[in-house]
Amino acid sequence: MVSQELTTGDFVRIDKASLQSIVSRLVELGYRVVGPTIVDGAVAFAELSDVQQLPIGVVDEQEAGHYRLRHTDSGSFFDYVVGPHSLKNYLFPACQAVCSAVRSDDGWNFDASPLAAQPIAAIGVRACDLRALAIQDRVFLGGSFVDAAYQTRRKGLFLLAVNCRRATATCFCHSMAAGPAVVEGADLVLTEMDDHFVLRVDTAKGCEALATTLHRHCSKDEIAAAQAVSESLEESMRVDSGKEPIKQRRHLETEGLHDLLLANLTHPEWDAVAERCLACGNCTMVCPTCFCSSVDEISDLTGDDAHRERRWDSCFTGEHSRMHSGTVRATTAARYRQWLTHKLATWIDQFGEVGCVGCGRCITWCPVGIDLTAEVAAIREGAS
Amino acid sequence: MIVSADARPALPQPGGWRCEAARIEQIRQETSDVSTYEFAWRDGAKEEGRSFAPGQFHMVYLPGYGEAALSISSNPAKSETFAHTVRRLGNVTHALARLSVGDSVGIRGPFGTPWPLDRFAGHDIVIASGGLGLAPLRPVIYELVSNRDRYGRVAIAYGARTPNDLLFADEFQSWRDNDLEVAVTVDMDALGWDGPVGVVPGLIDTLDADFETAAVFICGPEIMMRYTVQEAFQRSAKSQNIFLAMERNMSCGMGLCGRCQIGPVLLCRDGPVVCYETIAPFLNLEDL
Repeated sequence: MVSQELTTGDFVRIDKASLQSIVSRLVELGYRVVGPTIVDGAVAFAELSDVQQLPIGVVDEQEAGHYRLRHTDSGSFFDYVVGPHSLKNYLFPACQAVCSAVRSDDGWNFDASPLAAQPIAAIGVRACDLRALAIQDRVFLGGSFVDAAYQTRRKGLFLLAVNCRRATATCFCHSMAAGPAVVEGADLVLTEMDDHFVLRVDTAKGCEALATTLHRHCSKDEIAAAQAVSESLEESMRVDSGKEPIKQRRHLETEGLHDLLLANLTHPEWDAVAERCLACGNCTMVCPTCFCSSVDEISDLTGDDAHRERRWDSCFTGEHSRMHSGTVRATTAARYRQWLTHKLATWIDQFGEVGCVGCGRCITWCPVGIDLTAEVAAIREGAS
Repeated sequence: MIVSADARPALPQPGGWRCEAARIEQIRQETSDVSTYEFAWRDGAKEEGRSFAPGQFHMVYLPGYGEAALSISSNPAKSETFAHTVRRLGNVTHALARLSVGDSVGIRGPFGTPWPLDRFAGHDIVIASGGLGLAPLRPVIYELVSNRDRYGRVAIAYGARTPNDLLFADEFQSWRDNDLEVAVTVDMDALGWDGPVGVVPGLIDTLDADFETAAVFICGPEIMMRYTVQEAFQRSAKSQNIFLAMERNMSCGMGLCGRCQIGPVLLCRDGPVVCYETIAPFLNLEDL
């Protein structure tokens, strides 16, 4: 294999072992490289220096309220799909200082300048997560006010995306036009083949990352074979002829969804789902687009030094809607309704697009297995 | 310049978390639990982007206690100083009440969508407010008084629980002197009160304005706003000309934290002044 001149749009072939040289190159370029690893029995993003840390041969089984990893001897690098983490954990961290205050003789002095952070390179990001990134970009960067810390991290971000070649039972990215194929938003797009990787080079940063990795340009047949991976997966998601023993393919009917939900704010299903919902907020924590946050005040004992920390918040808590006159959304039914109608309807009013990418995390990580696709179907059923 | 309700700043503003020190210049006790605090920017005079439009709010930061979203109650033509009229209600507002002239606080903003005054130049303006709800409308009144010729008839309906709870009562006469109709009511009669006793919606019928083309600006408790809207409709007000200043728990002020949602509205960004037409479907639903 020889290394040839690269331009964007190229498809190149590398040996699986050469993935390490991309990771090493990214480290050399100054990135903090993160990628999927096994943490507490789940695939989660963590710092990555050696590709052997990837969950090689691991396959995930996901269902409503169910997540298990299975080890195989396939040697495949990327045959699990998404775990509880997403890019949100890095670009919109769960806890972040937003302002500090120090008292001097002159009164209070404030500093809200964002901390400089090492740029991140994320390996193994899926199509649904890239769609979620675009949605969070719209929230944090698309309005009159820009979140400066997010903007800095976003600008520095390097993305090596992976085309899924299998889906789990909770995946419904095809319903949300978010996958399974990676269309845009990454620097390099990897498709895993039996004995090699095919990489699509989408940006100049992608060229730079490949510069020290042995590669050769793909033949037409090799490109076609790589593209067929996503195509056949998408086909299997659309029809119920899955190649794996998937009990039930999930699908979210998006036709008229905005008006359906807003016309049914008093539908009996909200109370029915509240009978099962624990209001634990797990769905909002694992959701790659949920952006609600609150700010905590932290002060030292002298009271002369304080700072404010932004933390992920959840619309399932009472505090989320608390005013001096009380909590606006006092019931679990009201909170579930807020979450679902925001995600699938009012998000469109607020940001011009739907807030769901069909990654299925909220279904998998719900301790009681509430399935938003089933809730929408139930509302559609008895719709007014 | 008055920014219209549908003209948000076009350019991204990275400074939304930026906090500027302001010093208390003056404290005026309005009622038993409401005071007006006048502030001046500590580090220099008027800063770029620190002027505000009527209806906008600041996030006022008291280190160690937290932030509160407080509407600005002063004259928008003066931006080197500004005022907040505040009821002692929570952690931050109680801490504010313990401060003295010369103490400093942090200010973020101004944030939010103002009252759409420029759209109603040449038209009658009706203002209805209850209790502390007069505070975010006071900048509108300053504007109406300063540029009286720009508008048609102006009628203000204001009510509070008791005569002692009326805000800015010493200013009513000067408003009247400037050709503003000021109708005032109290919920409960009291010694020395010779005005009407009743609720603000009950005053709407008495106001001298052409409701069919007038702007109707309402701020007060939600229940008062709902009944006032019904009375305005009785006088043929148009729902697209009725604007309410709503309250939710604004936290970031920038539309980035999701906490102040009412249906499709991110209140800190799309409000606090919202058109009745937009908010009506979501106004009468419990727990939304």
